[in-house]
Formats: sequence, structure tokens, C-alpha cells
Amino acid sequence: MQYFIQVVVDGVATGAIYGALALAIVLVNRATGLINFAQGAMAVMATFVAFALTRAGVPLIAAALAAFAFAFVLGALLERVVVRRFEGGDPDIAVVATIGLLVLLTGISAAFFGYEPHPFPSFFPLGTVNLFGVFLSFRSLGTIVILVVAMVALQVLFRSTKLGLAMRAVADNPRSSALSGLPVSRLLMIGWGLAAGLGALAGILVAPQLFISPGMLDFALVYALAAAILGGLDSPVGAVVAAAFIGVVENLAGAYIDVIGDDLKIAVPFAVMIVILIVRPQGLFGRKVVVRV
Amino acid sequence: MSLLELENVTASYGHAQALHGVSLSLPENGAIGILGANGAGKTTTLRAISGMLKTTGRILFEGKDIAGLGPDRVARLGIAHVPEGRGTLPQLSVRDNLLVGAYQRKDRKQIAADIDYCLDLFPNLRERIKSNAAALSGGEQQMLAVARAVMARPRVMLLDEASLGLAPSTARRVYEAVVRLRREAQLSMVVVEQNAVLAFSVVDHATVLETGKVALAGDKAELMGMDAVRRAYLGG
Ligand SMILES: Nc1ncnc2c1ncn2[C@@H]1O[C@H](COP(=O)(O)OP(=O)(O)O)[C@@H](O)[C@H]1O
Ligand SMILES: [Mg+2]
Repeated sequence: MQYFIQVVVDGVATGAIYGALALAIVLVNRATGLINFAQGAMAVMATFVAFALTRAGVPLIAAALAAFAFAFVLGALLERVVVRRFEGGDPDIAVVATIGLLVLLTGISAAFFGYEPHPFPSFFPLGTVNLFGVFLSFRSLGTIVILVVAMVALQVLFRSTKLGLAMRAVADNPRSSALSGLPVSRLLMIGWGLAAGLGALAGILVAPQLFISPGMLDFALVYALAAAILGGLDSPVGAVVAAAFIGVVENLAGAYIDVIGDDLKIAVPFAVMIVILIVRPQGLFGRKVVVRV
Repeated sequence: MSLLELENVTASYGHAQALHGVSLSLPENGAIGILGANGAGKTTTLRAISGMLKTTGRILFEGKDIAGLGPDRVARLGIAHVPEGRGTLPQLSVRDNLLVGAYQRKDRKQIAADIDYCLDLFPNLRERIKSNAAALSGGEQQMLAVARAVMARPRVMLLDEASLGLAPSTARRVYEAVVRLRREAQLSMVVVEQNAVLAFSVVDHATVLETGKVALAGDKAELMGMDAVRRAYLGG
């Protein structure tokens, strides 16, 4: 039983990373109707900024803040310069464009830092804390706490601030929002910036475990997409819950089903996802699925 | 001086030109109608004013040429456009729709008072204040669209076929509220309608468009007296 709880908590922690990326994907999708396949590559690039800074002796917390700011600017800039041209057009073309960005950004990261993985410092000490006989790692608990705080902050932003209201309005109906004087273009840039910042957070939290490399978040991105679709692309809560679910299923399968093990466990969430989508094509929480990939 | 003046305005959708040199003038504290058959260019004229389309010619608001400004800039200058099809924010609550309308304002207290005023104007909305706009009936959505424009405290309201798709009694209630706004809120208006009776309940002067050009212009008595106008817009 104790082992089971440990596996579940570690699964939630992994899922929280997917959840942050999934939330970024949902944010972008709600604001611009696009699926950003470059979300992971943007996050990795920002994480590399933190990596370079820590290697230069900057404290991790400052490096992380700088990476967040870098991600925000990168996201806003990409929206303004590249993505803007594809919004409201043919979604298939937009998908190709974001995949192009994925390749380009991965290439840029590799050009600076190479493809081999580098160690990355962690916010959390090694080791475990004993909670009622269950040994939980500081890393898992810390990751969960930070991402929960980030999600609550986002919720407050969207529900209780004027900026959040404006972002929801633009996501809902940009033409009409403009007629009320909302600076639609700037709000879309902010939306992309926030999504990218969230991605950077995921990258920084997962890098100590995976080691940082240009392809570090490739798998995580696939899971995040799965979570976003499973949760319903228009539902932030759905995406997070689905991501936690995927993380837990992945970990449980790896821990308990011998034939599966570490190599095959990545396939289990997809098997589950396909079954769920056959039963509920709009996802667990969504109104309707608009993915055409 | 006119508050809003169009001089020889043209506008196109891609290569298809929809307005061929439209001129009209809205006096300070005035209300004018734009009448015309389906496809005459009424909606396009409002879109041209709001900067939603590429235009030529001059569009003067308070004496300044606003042609070429984007829709959000035009809105911030004090022109509130209630678009054809209502343009509410479907996934936002009625209250949030109203707050979006007040986006550029900073006077919190007065905003709260104005929300109350809007709910007084459209009592139906008071009961639905927490519902998503998508859940409202067509008439309620039209009321919300007008109220959202009022929340901006604009100088000019552009109203596009507020009666479209509504039961006659509902359309009348919407227009009664518009008449009240005209009286109480010092709002100048450009009212687009296919229904001339509803339009003339608010405006005293109207321009009739035909295929993107001004065909006629005159005040209520003149236009209502013309056989052609009666046949086209009054069903007899
Ligand atoms: N979005 C659009 N794209 C292309 N053509 C349009 C569009 N909207 C209107 N038009 C054309 O512009 C002309 C004027 O239309 P519109 O201004 O909507 O007329 P009205 O509002 O008087 O019914 C029509 O010929 C119409 O077909
Ligand atoms: Mg029209």
C-alpha cells in the first residue's frame, strides 16, 4: 500500500509537468484556435537560458525568473511575427507552421548547446520525507506544490482581474472584443507569452530529472497534447486532471505490470486515451473536440 | 459641426467593392437611420466607420479623420458598434459581457451604477446576470449587445439591424429601450434597419442605400411620404 501511494504521488508529479504544458496548449488554443506543437521546444529553449545562467554562477531562482521572462518575450514575439499570419486561416497550414517552429527552435537550442544531455540543478533536495509511513520525495512534493500554486495564480488571473477578463473575451470572440476597445493583438501576445512562461516552468522543474537536451520535452509534449485532448481542448481544469491521470497511469503500469516496464509504459496512457476518446470524442470535460491532426 | 461625417467612402471585401462613394453626416446629439434592402451596404457602412475594412474617402469623427484606424482604436475614441448578429461573448456571463463593454473605463463606482442602469433598461438581463450569453434567447442577446455598447459610455452608437430575427414584440421592446437611451444617455446614433417604422421610432433623418450608393436621403416625413420608400420598407 505504501509503495502504491509512492508510485501514485510520483505519477501525479510527472503528470503535473505534463499538466503545465497541457495548460499552455489549452491557453493558446482558446486564445487563437491553434495547437502549438512548438510549445515544448519553446520551453526547452527557455530552460537552456536558465541553464546557461546557472552555469555562469547565477542562483537558480534568479535564473528561473530570467527564463520565465525570456519565455514570455519569446512567446509574444512568435505570436506577433509568425503565428499571426496563420490565425483564422486554414488550421492544417497553421499546424505545419508550428511544427516548423518546433524543428527550428530545437535546431537553435542544439546549435548553442549540442544534443547531449547536461545535468541541471534542482530546487529541491534529494531524499524523501516520511508522511505516515509513506516515503515521498521532496522533488515530487515540491513539483506538485509549485504547479498547484501556478494553476491557482492563473485561475485568479483569469477569474478576478481585468486583464484576465480581457483575455477570456478575446479568446471567446476577438472581433467583438475589438469593438469594445480591447487591444486584441496585444492580448493575444500576452496569452502566448503566459503560455510560454508556463512551459518554461515545466521545463525547469523536469530538467534535473531528465537532464537538459534539445529534445528533453518531446515525450512530455506528446503526453501534454494527449492530456489536452483527453481533458477537452477548451477546458483548463480538464487538461490538468487528464495530465495527472496520464502520469499516474504511466507510473502504475511501469511499476506493477512486469511485461510493460519502463520502455513500454509510455504507450499505456495512449491505449487508455484511445479507449476514452472512442467512448467520449469530446474528451472528458470538453464541449467538443476541434482537433484535426 | 457634424459629430461623424462620411465623405465619399468606398469599402471592399477583397476585390469586391461593396461601397461606392457613400457620404452622410451625423449631427451632434443627432440620430440618423440607414435604410436599404438586403445587400445594399448598410452593414458595410458601419464596418467602414469602425475600421473593420479597408476604405477610401474621409471618415471624420469630431473633426478628425479616423479612416485607417483599427476597430479597437475607433472604439476607444467613443464609437460603440452593436454589430449585426449581436456579437456577444458567448462563453462569458452577462455581467462579464457588460464589464468587457466598460473595459476602457477606470471609474469603478460609475461602472457599477451603469450596470444597474442597463439592468433597469433591460430587466430580463437582471435575472440572467450570471448566465453565459450563449444561454440567452435571441432577444436577450440583442439587449445584452446594446447594453454592452452602453457600458462604454460612447459618444456614438452604431446599431445594426437590432430587430433581425426577433419576434415583433421583442423587437419593439429593444427599440423602446433604444429610444430611452437616446433621451437619457446623450447618445448620438446611427441606426441601420430594414424595418423603417422601427428606425423612425428613433431617428428623424435617414439615408437610403442601394447597391453601395446613396439613393435617397431625407427626414422622416419626406421619406415616409414617398411611395417607393413605403413600398420597399413598410410593406405597403
Ligand atoms: N464578409 C463579406 N465578404 C464578402 N462580401 C461581403 C461580405 N459581407 C457583405 N458582403 C457583400 O457586400 C455587399 C453589401 O453587404 P452588406 O453591407 O452586408 O449589406 P446590408 O447590411 O445592407 O444587407 C453585398 O453585396 C454583400 O454580398
Ligand atoms: Mg446587414
